[in-house]
Amino acid sequence: MMETDMPKQTLREWLLTDTPTSRRHARYAAAYSGWLTLRANTMAMVGLGILLLLLIIAALADLLSPMDPFVQNLGGRLQPIGTDGHILGTDSLGRDLLSRVIYGSRITLYIVALVALIAPIVGLLVGTVAGYTGGIVDAVLMRITDIFLAFPRLVLALAFVAALGAGIENAVLAISLTAWPPYARIARAETLTIRNSDYIAAIKLQGAGALRIITKHIWPLCISSLIVRVTLDMAGVILAAAGLGFLGLGAQPPSPEWGAMISEGRKFILDHWWVATVPGLAIFTVSLGFNLLGDGLRDVLDPKEGGHS
Amino acid sequence: MSPLLDVENLRVTFPTRQGEFEAVRGVSFTLGKERLGIVGESGSGKSLTGRAILRLIRKPGRVEADKMELNGRDLLSMNKKQMQGVRGQEISMVMQDPKFSLNPVMTIANQIMEIYRFHTGASKKSAYAKGIEMLEAVSIRDPERVMKSYPHEMSGGMGQRIMIAMMLVTEPKILIADEPTSALDVSVQTQVMSIIDRLVRDRGMGLIFISHDLNLVSSFCDRVLIMYAGRVVEVLDAGKLHDAKHPYTRGLLGSLPRIDDPKTRLEVLQRDAKWREAPSVSGRI
Amino acid sequence: MSNIHIENLNVWFGEHEERVDAVKGATFDVPSGASFGLVGESGSGKSTILRAMVGLVPTWSGNMSVGELELGKKRPKAFYKDVQMVFQDPYASLHPRHSVDQMLGETLSLHGFKDIDNRIMQLLDDVGLGPAFRFRYPHQLSGGQRQRVAIARALAPKPTVILLDEPTSALDVSVQAEVLNLLADLREEHKLTYLMVSHNLAVVAHMCDATAVMKNGEIVEVMTVEDMRAMKPKHPYTKHLLDSSFGYRPDAEQSA
Repeated sequence: MMETDMPKQTLREWLLTDTPTSRRHARYAAAYSGWLTLRANTMAMVGLGILLLLLIIAALADLLSPMDPFVQNLGGRLQPIGTDGHILGTDSLGRDLLSRVIYGSRITLYIVALVALIAPIVGLLVGTVAGYTGGIVDAVLMRITDIFLAFPRLVLALAFVAALGAGIENAVLAISLTAWPPYARIARAETLTIRNSDYIAAIKLQGAGALRIITKHIWPLCISSLIVRVTLDMAGVILAAAGLGFLGLGAQPPSPEWGAMISEGRKFILDHWWVATVPGLAIFTVSLGFNLLGDGLRDVLDPKEGGHS
Repeated sequence: MSPLLDVENLRVTFPTRQGEFEAVRGVSFTLGKERLGIVGESGSGKSLTGRAILRLIRKPGRVEADKMELNGRDLLSMNKKQMQGVRGQEISMVMQDPKFSLNPVMTIANQIMEIYRFHTGASKKSAYAKGIEMLEAVSIRDPERVMKSYPHEMSGGMGQRIMIAMMLVTEPKILIADEPTSALDVSVQTQVMSIIDRLVRDRGMGLIFISHDLNLVSSFCDRVLIMYAGRVVEVLDAGKLHDAKHPYTRGLLGSLPRIDDPKTRLEVLQRDAKWREAPSVSGRI
Repeated sequence: MSNIHIENLNVWFGEHEERVDAVKGATFDVPSGASFGLVGESGSGKSTILRAMVGLVPTWSGNMSVGELELGKKRPKAFYKDVQMVFQDPYASLHPRHSVDQMLGETLSLHGFKDIDNRIMQLLDDVGLGPAFRFRYPHQLSGGQRQRVAIARALAPKPTVILLDEPTSALDVSVQAEVLNLLADLREEHKLTYLMVSHNLAVVAHMCDATAVMKNGEIVEVMTVEDMRAMKPKHPYTKHLLDSSFGYRPDAEQSA
């Protein structure tokens, strides 16, 4: 298959070279070799596939969904799966479940993206500064982290949302505020080992300051394990968001957020199981996707787990 | 006299993205009641050769050989259970760093006794007595105290001696020592070497001594295989190291700085692509 | 050109009951342009002296000076331009995610060099690596190549003193020969002063004019390389080290 495609063959060779000729070339080659490791992991590719599908569905929601997710039809409420025109049935207000799940993917992605941006960055900052500086700064920062860790996550998020008011943005903020402490812990632990290594000593001997060492030398090494952790945690984030939605503190009706949808379907679960099950399956699939990808990324990014020699 | 171990055309292969990589390519040797050295630089396949004998190559690596016999019994066709019986009981292995080979949360006594009882089914009491005896055999002065302690309380040299005691408690016929002293200081190194030397001599064992240190091996072993790129390039009687013919062996000797022979520049080994291709020299007698 | 003067140096780790004295009253001088060895077994404190000199271990007392500069608690930036260090393990001293280019480039820019591209090529050339190595990552280099990169990094600010912490102990002997030759050439070419730590007496004898022998944090003997070659140690510990460095001799085992 490779022989027939000459330009591709040379591109592959170009990417697999041991002697890159420019900065860009070196970066591409490193990325490609990581991609090859990831690609060899079937489960990770399944996870990646699920997430890409989610992305496409969210981007093309307008085209893909057969109906407007907000249009009610009280005459055709609680139609079962397979009904003409409503492949996944309808909910208690006669809204098309398929369309609602499709539009709900946007909300899920929105939540995931925001949390993935806020929580690890806060955690990375706190953890690396605490780990590298040590002493009193370390003690103060880590005790604050401990205080946040001492509360059950959902309870703390509930308290935040209760204080800030219900709504999706506040839910995201609340989840982020409860999600950063574990990242700070990881980043600090990594920093403690990295900080005593010879390559940090070597850059210190070039007169580099703390800021440069933290941002240019410690961050690149912490980020990979954080990415793995974030990916694995995303399932939890989606569930937390859904949980808040379920409790009526996250997305507000009529928003087609999956958690809120399950909450609505709860009332009919015995006679009309699909109303709660369809969004539930959506949550399950996306969470699984993140978990599978996270496991695969660990093999690529975390040299401690992967190689042995 | 038939040899203890007979290896013919041993190959160890690993699949990689660029295709199969043969790390050991057709190594043959026999081991009698002698001290056989395997010398080579990193990547020469010397450690893999040692591990391949015990079939300790991790998947997806493969071990193949035309013949790999221990006292006439084929090692390659043995199942897992039979292989476990061989490992530790008939062939033991001492690794480079005792820190990674001893279990940090078990006392020395428990570790030695576990091995002994696993292989012989002896009682606790006799296993303990045997442990003490072995620790004495490796010149540990206070065996009772050592038995009660944990590995982290031991120095590197002590740890390595305990490791040797543990590996010899089952009275194996063959000991494979993979760089047993390179993590140790030179003065401790001599002690550990003399302990191995005495045990091998007294018990009539076969020893495979794997090392990168040409001088150490040639002063210690009876025969030396010199490995390069997965093949044996030369087999030497140890005393005759300085009559070595192969340019690689000579190059290695020349690149060593010597206290008694000052040079302004060290010789730099010029590697020849032909060495890689030349067929492996047999170390069978 | 700078000479090194170390007088009554004590270095310790930890405080109070947990205090461990790693170096006790070490005194020695390295003339400008000379090559001086520090020999001892693990835990003898030889590497600690180097780490204290460059400021990686802050808990020390005594006098240390390099050239005109008396060393205090903090090192001025000029110190790092003048004194550089090569670490023992080339697998640990290079940042795993930085290419050779990034590493050398950052070092040069920290020391305020302009014309970084040309300097990088020059440095790679100096240590016997071609331009092909410029954009490689450490995992694409062999041990010897890594150590050459580490040496290039140490040469980058054009120092006059290089501290070598077991620069070849993690390498194969044939590679060790190449690196030792390279270090000797560089010393000649750039008029460098070396302070070299090693556990290998033969390496020190090859590289250095004189050496201090350390045991348990103390310097037991300072000997010239001629005395070493003539096997004329004054201290019994030195004799023991010398004996042990000649491979295994069954008759020598009683001395242990």
